[in-house]
Amino acid sequence: MSSKVIHAIYDDDDVLLHAVKDVKAANHHIEEVFTPFPVHGLDKAMGLAPTRIAIASFMFGCLGLSIAIWLTNYIMIEDWPQNIGGKPSFSYLENVPAFVPVLFEMTIFFAAHLMVITFYLRSRLWPFKKAENPMPSTTDDKFLMEVAVGDNEKKLVYLLKKTGAIEVKVHEKKGES
Amino acid sequence: MMYSFSKNLKIFSLSLMVVGAVALGIGFLSAPTTVEEAKAMVADARGHGGHGGHVDHDTHADDHAVAYKDEAHHSDHHDDHADDHHDNNDEAYAHSDSHDKHLLHQLQNRPWAATYVAALFFMMIALGALAFYAIQRAAQAGWSILLFRVMEGITAYLLPGSIIVFVLLVLSGLHLNHLFVWMDAEVVAHDEIIQNKQSYLNVPFFLARALLYIVGWNLYRFYSRKFSLAQDNDNGIGYHKKNFRLAAGFLVFYIVTESMMSWDWIMSVDPHWFSTLFGWYVFASMIVTAVTVIAMVTIYLKSKGLLEEVNDSHIHDLGKFMFGFSVFWTYLWFSQFMLIWYSNIPEEVTYFITRIEDYNLLFFGMVVMNFVLPLLILMNSDYKRNNWFIIMAGIIIVLGHYLDFYNMIMPATVGDRWSFGLSELGSASLFAGLFLYVVFSALAKAPLKPKGDPLVKESENFVY
Repeated sequence: MSSKVIHAIYDDDDVLLHAVKDVKAANHHIEEVFTPFPVHGLDKAMGLAPTRIAIASFMFGCLGLSIAIWLTNYIMIEDWPQNIGGKPSFSYLENVPAFVPVLFEMTIFFAAHLMVITFYLRSRLWPFKKAENPMPSTTDDKFLMEVAVGDNEKKLVYLLKKTGAIEVKVHEKKGES
Repeated sequence: MMYSFSKNLKIFSLSLMVVGAVALGIGFLSAPTTVEEAKAMVADARGHGGHGGHVDHDTHADDHAVAYKDEAHHSDHHDDHADDHHDNNDEAYAHSDSHDKHLLHQLQNRPWAATYVAALFFMMIALGALAFYAIQRAAQAGWSILLFRVMEGITAYLLPGSIIVFVLLVLSGLHLNHLFVWMDAEVVAHDEIIQNKQSYLNVPFFLARALLYIVGWNLYRFYSRKFSLAQDNDNGIGYHKKNFRLAAGFLVFYIVTESMMSWDWIMSVDPHWFSTLFGWYVFASMIVTAVTVIAMVTIYLKSKGLLEEVNDSHIHDLGKFMFGFSVFWTYLWFSQFMLIWYSNIPEEVTYFITRIEDYNLLFFGMVVMNFVLPLLILMNSDYKRNNWFIIMAGIIIVLGHYLDFYNMIMPATVGDRWSFGLSELGSASLFAGLFLYVVFSALAKAPLKPKGDPLVKESENFVY
């Protein structure tokens, strides 16, 4: 099965942002927008659901903090207590200032790395994956909006041209429905 | 669009001032004048257990006295310092006769120290707001233009606030109180460490420096406000440029004088102790309080139907600064604490031992208020756009940083004789009233929108 999509190409992020709002206002379905850099407010204009990665990040941070607390306690208090600078070495609470840098770093480490990995998994990205990008120049200086074609193709093309697209192409999309 | 200082708020701030002044006056009058009176007061407080603060602290000080008994560097516990020659303010009074005199000084210091904490705290809100304002000007930030008049209103308190602080410093220099032990010739005579610092810590130079800082800050505040108002009715961007250059110059002056001010006015109450990041620590405290007060005043004005163009993105940005500077403050608080705790050098660690033994609840409670609660309340992005959450977090932050200043001044000036009585609440109320009065009357003097600023359109359209 194949479906028709229109690729509208822009060369300015401001124009693109207004175009997205206009196309949404005219009740067309925007499948995807490809940009060389993150455009502020684009996710809101496209009506994407708010990201939940912040919540995931918070939970990863808590996980990292817990692991770090267990780790420092096991290494420095339970398994092999050492006398460092005459500090009491048999109580976690009295030693905790010395461990705070470790707790902090582990929290950041877990939050950052697991957040990136989560993002890759969620976006279905993995090493050697073939790019889904329809036009390589969207990684350079062009912006591409992919719009599903409804009943009236001509009207849509006219609308897109009016929003300031420098090029509008109709595409047959093959594969997944 | 003009703000007019509402009658209710005027009455509120005036009554805060009157009540505060009366309470503080009673605090001053009830301070002991002789050693016998001081001893009687302490015996009385112990006997009846009437004063919440004293009783509370006496019990936990005793607990800690046991816990720290074996600590090599334990030095500052009030009751057994006589045979101890480690660094602390009591060193010059190392025999029991002077112990009583020391007690008298501490009790006499209480109303003075309470006044000094409140005077410093509110002056620093204005000073922090001025620094934040200068950063916006120097960075030519576009988002914050609509908040400039709010910031200028808050910095209006700098002039009266800094003059009051200066007067208090002069009174200390005239030996009307014992806030700064290094000003006491008798103490210095027995104290080699302070003697070595005399070329910096002496009254004339101290006051000359204070004058330099205060004049410099107020000159910037005066000219930036003047140019800001002049820009309103100007078609060019000449005044905007002038303000930009002035702000850049001021920031250089500020970061040096702010640091020195914190050594002079705060760190020198513990003249043996030093911390190299103290200037930053005080800066973090003042800027987070200032941003919080800017946010709270903005929300208050919005609730009166003013500042309509300030949207929740502006509030969101202020919330981010509140969150970020709270974390920054904690970073510095902990850096200072951990290095001193770890190295355990007598003249440094006594600072924290005093606080942990005699001020335990305040010292750690302040960290909860200034770090844990803002962190949890302001972490969520949506909460930073919600006025109620900003106000709630703001109240906690302002109170927490008042306690921070309390913790910086009180241990060195009143020792374990602290509590929250008439002097403390009275001085806080007096200066809060004065602050509100000055800030809101300054806000009423100029239109709230700086319409002539070349970046005002960007601020109106600001959406994150």
